[in-house]
Amino acid sequence: MRQDASLLRAEGLVRRYTMRRGVLGRAVDVRAVDGVTLTIERGRTLGLVGESGCGKSTTGRLVLGLEAPDAGHVAFDGKPMPPPDTPAWRSLRAQMQMVFQDPLGALDRRLTISEQVAEPLAIHRIGSTSDHAERVAELLHSVGLRADQGARYPHELSGGQRQRAVLARALATNPAFLVCDEPISALDVSIQAQVMNLLLDAQERLGLGMLFISHDLRAVRQVSHRIAVMYLGRIVEEGEPDAVLQNPAHPYAQALVSAIPQPGKTGRIVLQGDPPSPANRPSGCAFHPRCAAAVPRCAVDAPILKPRAEDGRLVACHVAQGEADTLARAA
Amino acid sequence: MLRFFATRLFRAGITIIMVVTFAFVVLRLSGDPAQIIMGADAPPEAVDAFRIAWGLDQPVWLQYLHYFGAIFSGDLGRSMRDGREAIVLVTERIPATLALTLPALAIKLCLGIPAGIYAALHRNAPIDRVLMIMAVAGFTVPSFVLGLILVLVFAVQLGWLPSGGQESWRHAILPVVTLGIGGAAVLARFTRSAMLEVLGQPYIRTASAKGVSWRDVVWGHALPNAAIPTVTIVGFMVGSLIAGAVVVESVFSWPGVGRLLVVAVANRDLAVVQCILLLVAMTMVTANLVVDLLYGVLDPRLRSAPRGAGAG
Amino acid sequence: MAPLVALHGLKVSFAGQPALRGIDLSIAPGEALGLVGESGCGKSVTWLAALGLLPGKARIEGSVTLAGLELIGAPANVLERVRGGRIAMIFQDPASSLNPVHRVGKQICEALRLHRGLTGAAARAEAKRLFDLVGIPDAAQRLDSYPHEFSGGQNQRAMIAMALAGQPELLVADEPTTALDVTIQAQILELLQSLRREFGMALVLVSHDLGVVAETCERVCVMYAGRIVEEAPVAQLFAAPAHPYTRGLLGALPPITGPRRRLAAIPGGVPEPWAMPPGCAFAPRCGERFAACDVGTPADAHPAPGHRAACLRAATPQMADTVMA
Repeated sequence: MRQDASLLRAEGLVRRYTMRRGVLGRAVDVRAVDGVTLTIERGRTLGLVGESGCGKSTTGRLVLGLEAPDAGHVAFDGKPMPPPDTPAWRSLRAQMQMVFQDPLGALDRRLTISEQVAEPLAIHRIGSTSDHAERVAELLHSVGLRADQGARYPHELSGGQRQRAVLARALATNPAFLVCDEPISALDVSIQAQVMNLLLDAQERLGLGMLFISHDLRAVRQVSHRIAVMYLGRIVEEGEPDAVLQNPAHPYAQALVSAIPQPGKTGRIVLQGDPPSPANRPSGCAFHPRCAAAVPRCAVDAPILKPRAEDGRLVACHVAQGEADTLARAA
Repeated sequence: MLRFFATRLFRAGITIIMVVTFAFVVLRLSGDPAQIIMGADAPPEAVDAFRIAWGLDQPVWLQYLHYFGAIFSGDLGRSMRDGREAIVLVTERIPATLALTLPALAIKLCLGIPAGIYAALHRNAPIDRVLMIMAVAGFTVPSFVLGLILVLVFAVQLGWLPSGGQESWRHAILPVVTLGIGGAAVLARFTRSAMLEVLGQPYIRTASAKGVSWRDVVWGHALPNAAIPTVTIVGFMVGSLIAGAVVVESVFSWPGVGRLLVVAVANRDLAVVQCILLLVAMTMVTANLVVDLLYGVLDPRLRSAPRGAGAG
Repeated sequence: MAPLVALHGLKVSFAGQPALRGIDLSIAPGEALGLVGESGCGKSVTWLAALGLLPGKARIEGSVTLAGLELIGAPANVLERVRGGRIAMIFQDPASSLNPVHRVGKQICEALRLHRGLTGAAARAEAKRLFDLVGIPDAAQRLDSYPHEFSGGQNQRAMIAMALAGQPELLVADEPTTALDVTIQAQILELLQSLRREFGMALVLVSHDLGVVAETCERVCVMYAGRIVEEAPVAQLFAAPAHPYTRGLLGALPPITGPRRRLAAIPGGVPEPWAMPPGCAFAPRCGERFAACDVGTPADAHPAPGHRAACLRAATPQMADTVMA
């Protein structure tokens, strides 16, 4: 991979929060993100999959520079990410944008859609004010909204229309990078399909690099060129979508894929228990208490994400790497 | 638990100090007590002598320090009008005030809360609208206006009840009603909103879906949740038991703490005013402290941290 | 076999706006039926109306019978015995569907007292047994926990335990897994399946997720704009969907295997209740409409036994094999 093909590179990201247990308890360090390395290439999408508590949303914010990592660094277009809220960081916003899960919350109730779509143009001083109207019309059209819908307020539109408006606003400055955090979960199935198509169209038209964060494996497969599976703050597997989905290497990825509801599904792997909270991280491999394939080594050593011998698939698992102890399996 | 109390007590202490300091400063800036008490035509030497006798010639900050020092040895000063100890003057009037405010509190609770609940259960029905209009009227009309109207109607026109003084229990009726109505109105509106909010929650639907009768849903499921915000307002009402009747006591010439406060302020009877304010501040913070504790009892979510609060 | 629950011509409107425009449905004892549709189609309203849980201003017409007992318009005491005792319902967001100021055990014991007359130690023992049944570990201690101390999955299990307390003949699960993680969703669906088998309970699974419904149910109804537009056995629905909306839903689902294709998204959106098209509600978005589709709501066509579709296109057999990719 040529160095300049990578649009965004994050290495060893760590983000800790301090939580107080109970009203009067001790403070506990919660590692929401615990050593995440990822690369996003121009014009390609990385899908980040995981369940609640895995740190995928925090990763999205770190990658955009909305929060500064406690360890590790983020480089955008070869240059280090400026600290949040500095002028340098603010001017970078024109090149990187975010689309969130709740379109109503992401839009200002008091401004019309057109005004909001035009706002980034004004903030980054792109074109003169008279050009804005034309650009807004173009953006609305590109996301399938009509001009009259631009004159409406967010509460007058449906969920799908609002999400399109959010997308239009995100694309206003022709960004190079888009982070989508659960952009379709709150929408109906047929609207989800429309928005996914829009994202793919926008990517093709603008050469967007995308980080697509979702718990929905189907959606992630649809839009991603590469998938990373997260569990409790770490990436446990990474690879081509079809490779990971047809032949998952990590036991958690296997359970996740197996959990996808399908007609005529049999032989599902059902995980016991609940996903642990980041405040209660198990020792060694975070997944070992729920893992059917766990061996004694798993409770001691945290596995590293590295290529598997046989096919180069990136997986963080002793068993999958064939490096489990020869001792008897854990019960 | 200890930390919880300690922080609350600390804050309460700061509040009280701020209230007393404020009163102290404002009173001394607002006129010369010596002149007012001695009268306009007292000879200047008498006024000066009065000032010196009461320490009013000293700089304000020195008076302040003396006052605080005295508090810790239990001396809250003396009335400049009759020389009796301020604390005695105030405490001997507390029963009279409570004779009004306690029954009034009972009215507020027994009238306001059921009205609010009833209105919430019959939302948008005519009875709801009537109750809410009455409630708005009840808390917009100032207490002295309401008191005077009641006097006009029941004492002057109908002659059923006396208009002032404290001779018999019948003298308490009008002031108690005046006090009670305003608070009942506020409670009614508040309870209604709290109930409506709770009735819209998913767990109410679950309870109905379980086969719980509507009456049990309201009493067993909705009310315990609606009680939580209502307790805040009731806490304020309890906190104002001592000095919440200032206007009403004045209108009805009722010899309680409120009336004493009005007279003492007019006379710049500093020690008495400060004593009353100190008492009021302490009552309020105690009431708030009790409310905070009650939250913990009523709302289990405040007792322990929620599970699985992940950063996603 | 006589149906356990039968809905005939069920109509619901709120302030003059129709939410349900005529539902006909029957559920056999022990059967698992899926009800699929997007937001606003009325799939939840159907069951809230059947159990009398809609607010007073809702206007309900039609009939819902439970083994012959008419539920619409039934007096409160009859409905209260049915709710939880014969038809139980669980809802979407388990965390807010349990009373936050009552311990979970108390909420379960309430159901036990109402429907099985159990109190005191007997109730508590039964509540513990139910917790074990739904797979909540440390059952005895967990009975004294509050809902906010449980995770989402455990709350939903507690809701299921509470629903089972009355030993219902039918369990209506309204989007029970939508708010849960996908691995927890798998656990809950497995649980529902095993409980169904163990108790011979009928199940209605309401969801917007076709995959969830397909796995758990024997028969599926697809709803659109307050009507059932297609009903078929699961395999049949997926193999040969007759209604263009169903085909559209299936086409909008990103495939897990096979080549990645552009999703065949259904254009437009669901019509608002006040702007309902005169004929078939789906016609404005349908790629296969006739002129007749705009005239009146289509009668049910029967492309196969046990398979009905409210569609003029489905009624014309020679068109039935143009399945949209």
